[in-house]
Amino acid sequence: MDFASQFVQQLINGISLGSIYALIALGYTMIYGIIKLINFAHGDIYMVGAYIGFFAITMIHVSIVPALLISMVVTGLLGMLVERLAYKPLRQAPRISVLITAIGVSFFLEYTSMYFVSPTPRTFPAVFDNVSLHFGSFMVNGQQLLIFGITFILMVVLTYIVQKTKIGKAMRAVSFDVETAQLMGIDADRVISITFGIGSALAAAAGVLVGVYYNSIDPLMGIMPGLKAFVAAVLGGIGILPGAMAGGLILGVIEALVSGFISSTFRDAAAFAILILVLLFKPSGLLGKNTREKV
Amino acid sequence: MGTMLQIDDINVYYGAIHAIKGISLKVDQGEIVTLIGANGAGKSTTLRTISGLLKPKSGKITFEGKNIAGLPAHAIVKAGISQVPEGRRIFANMTVQENLDLGAYARQDTDGVAKDLKVVFERFPRLLERKNQEAGTLSGGEQQMLAMGRALMSRPRLLLLDEPSMGLAPLLIKEIFSIIQDINQTGTTILLVEQNANMALSIANRAYVLETGRITLSGEAQKLAASEDVRKAYLGG
Repeated sequence: MDFASQFVQQLINGISLGSIYALIALGYTMIYGIIKLINFAHGDIYMVGAYIGFFAITMIHVSIVPALLISMVVTGLLGMLVERLAYKPLRQAPRISVLITAIGVSFFLEYTSMYFVSPTPRTFPAVFDNVSLHFGSFMVNGQQLLIFGITFILMVVLTYIVQKTKIGKAMRAVSFDVETAQLMGIDADRVISITFGIGSALAAAAGVLVGVYYNSIDPLMGIMPGLKAFVAAVLGGIGILPGAMAGGLILGVIEALVSGFISSTFRDAAAFAILILVLLFKPSGLLGKNTREKV
Repeated sequence: MGTMLQIDDINVYYGAIHAIKGISLKVDQGEIVTLIGANGAGKSTTLRTISGLLKPKSGKITFEGKNIAGLPAHAIVKAGISQVPEGRRIFANMTVQENLDLGAYARQDTDGVAKDLKVVFERFPRLLERKNQEAGTLSGGEQQMLAMGRALMSRPRLLLLDEPSMGLAPLLIKEIFSIIQDINQTGTTILLVEQNANMALSIANRAYVLETGRITLSGEAQKLAASEDVRKAYLGG
């Protein structure tokens, strides 16, 4: 394979991986935007989403799209429940308390899942025959097409919800200024809960897609992608939705190029080097405004 | 005219600070009532307690016969009270139109909302000109108008205004105050908090003077404006 086609191939792989990061990063950034919490349990929500998709396919024998929807709904509700039980009581508490609670929730989800599904990785069932499209010397496989398609649809739907619908306007209002949003008659607690629901549903979609892509899921699978998605959210500008989308894709592509051309050993190092560079040179992220601090 | 809002002996704390020490006041339907007093006297705290952003530790707040003390802020908007907050607090990253839409968030009557939007645009033509502009790009006076228009979009029966003159040029202050009078004449009762006591007393029916969390004087606005004590303390001689 010559350099150009290998580059294109890595680009395709990178966009697949990046789409997954982007879907998780969206939840991170939405939740940060609305209650200024880095929800460290978000990666584990993604793991739960993968398992729910797995059980939907293996136990109730649905195909991939219904499995995806079931997983999004159930995981979305789980995200709302976590918010209600773990974070809502801390609304007036210092931010550090909520952050520590998020880490606690993360461990809770990891090890409770381990108790129920065992720590052994499960093989995610093949959801369709291994099709792949060949374009000259590079190829796109069916799983990658599924990831592109689902991610694209979810991003369009999310953008529509946030920009055009009443609940979307309420989400933007609460994230800009909670107090004033309440003076508009917005029930901020309800909006926060819905934001957790939507963010968790997106993570669930990512979880199911990863299962399809890598064929293997386990209870600790959320840790690394969770951290990577956090890097992606910071890279794009935390709290900014298009930033999370762009950050996820860029991170995925960089990781693929590093593993393809240098060594896959350096893949994770590259991701965290990006985090350090962003924090050093543009802490507000690629799409963030550098100086504007809300008062 | 009946009593619209009645506050009985409320106490409000900010953490350990006793900010409101047993305030009682009332607003009758159709009135403009003003709360005046120095910085830190508790004027804004009183408004924020009425609108539900703060919860009183004790005391009663009755609006149209219902006790609203302790209700969440969004429920108080539904009950018919809307607040224009201090410093305007517009949603700077959204358009003028979106800000006004948010003002009507609690309403379900689409037709009524469309009608009220027209009324707001007639009252503030400059908002119509700039309706697709980001609200953060408006001038201070325009932002004040947007904050007022936004509050009116919930069709309140009682409008709470917190320092509408803050940071505005004298000519604009006059314009804003004549709009406040106009809003009042079209049937909205108004409770106005102002540091600019002169202006406030000139349009109000009645006034309360606040000092460190207590009401020290109250009465007809004209009489207070003429009183020696008030002139010395708040009207610059």
